[in-house]
Amino acid sequence: MGSDDVFAAVALPHLDAAFNLARWLTGSRADAEDVVQEAMVRALTYFPTFRGGSSRAWILQIVRNTAYKMLAARRGLHGGGHTSLEEAGGIEDIPDLADGPERALILSDDLTRIDALIEGLPAELRETLILRELEDLSYREISQVTAVPIGTVMSRLWRARRMLAKAAEEGEKKGDKR
Amino acid sequence: MSAENCGKLLLLQAELDGELDAAAAAALAEHRASCPVCRRNESAILAARQALRRATYHRADPEFLRSLAGRIGGERGATGRPSLRRRVSPPWRRLATFGAGAALAAAIILAVVPLGRQDTITALVDDHVRALQPGHLLDVVSTNQHTVKPWFDGKLDFAPPVRNLAAEGFPLLGGRLDYLHGRSVAVLVYSRGKHLVELFVWPASGGTKEPASAAHKGYNVIHWTANGMSFSAVSDLEAAGLQEFVRDWQQAS
Repeated sequence: MGSDDVFAAVALPHLDAAFNLARWLTGSRADAEDVVQEAMVRALTYFPTFRGGSSRAWILQIVRNTAYKMLAARRGLHGGGHTSLEEAGGIEDIPDLADGPERALILSDDLTRIDALIEGLPAELRETLILRELEDLSYREISQVTAVPIGTVMSRLWRARRMLAKAAEEGEKKGDKR
Repeated sequence: MSAENCGKLLLLQAELDGELDAAAAAALAEHRASCPVCRRNESAILAARQALRRATYHRADPEFLRSLAGRIGGERGATGRPSLRRRVSPPWRRLATFGAGAALAAAIILAVVPLGRQDTITALVDDHVRALQPGHLLDVVSTNQHTVKPWFDGKLDFAPPVRNLAAEGFPLLGGRLDYLHGRSVAVLVYSRGKHLVELFVWPASGGTKEPASAAHKGYNVIHWTANGMSFSAVSDLEAAGLQEFVRDWQQAS
């Protein structure tokens, strides 16, 4: 079989996931197309170093890095706009997720609303949540894609779910006042 | 808002994400049953998950995907657009000489099914996707091959081999009848974690064929024939995982 086919067999099943992740990270379809295309060129370049394992995690790792590289280059041009999260709290500081907000989440059955809540998360929480809940990756795969230890994946996932719940709750309160 | 923490919340989250093995889950179970903090947080995590199901899964334009897939596929992608290969020729050429090497053999070597079979691949994936609709997956529910195999008796004009791969990490869930190109086929359904693997079985027209893989709509398909039977494994499992399934199936007796 040709080498083309080997690479195609590894890469093609993951194009949907690649686009979804790129779109969630960049916020635009056009940017996502650019990212996926560029990521495939890079994947082809790095392919000799691929040693098996999860091809999905491998492809998504390249997509993610490509997306951040593009966003960073753009920030360099326009300045500002970066949201980041203090992770000093670590795993020990795990606040209770519950106490009301789940009701708000269930109530917010408006599609655009959920999307907006996810868009509002800091990038490292958003990507972790997308990889877990939309792409169904394991903690180990997420750890590979986002280049952080599994413990960090777990605490990010927790924070993402907590922020989502709180944001939904606040949105609901605002909605009540209107 | 309560800031209570019973110290087990990340473990609880891991359990709900399907990350704990049986021993760890059992160790957590006792605490979980009696901990109000865990109970509250469990429902919060599940609520977040339910809400996220309504989040948009962004799909690329089919035209963009076709064009890109064509370029990835190299010369077979007669899209008129330049192959990706041209832009990265130096490393690609290295890859080409390296391609026959052993390093690649470990995880990913299987010939792509020739394009002439695309209609079959499409039909298989469509059957698989249709089966994923609630209530369509299984006609006979059993983890025992000695229950599933006789169930097909009298429903098909052949006797499909049924194997249980629970020990290999692909427990049998059951089977169903399906139709492919106008003929009845047996479908055996296996699971791996949250993923399903379906094995379509029908009488082969030709001789033995080595496994060949293809992908369609994000699903992987591996086809082979042996002992007068055609086999097609279909799954959203990643390619390496599905290949493991095929190897396990072939080695099981």
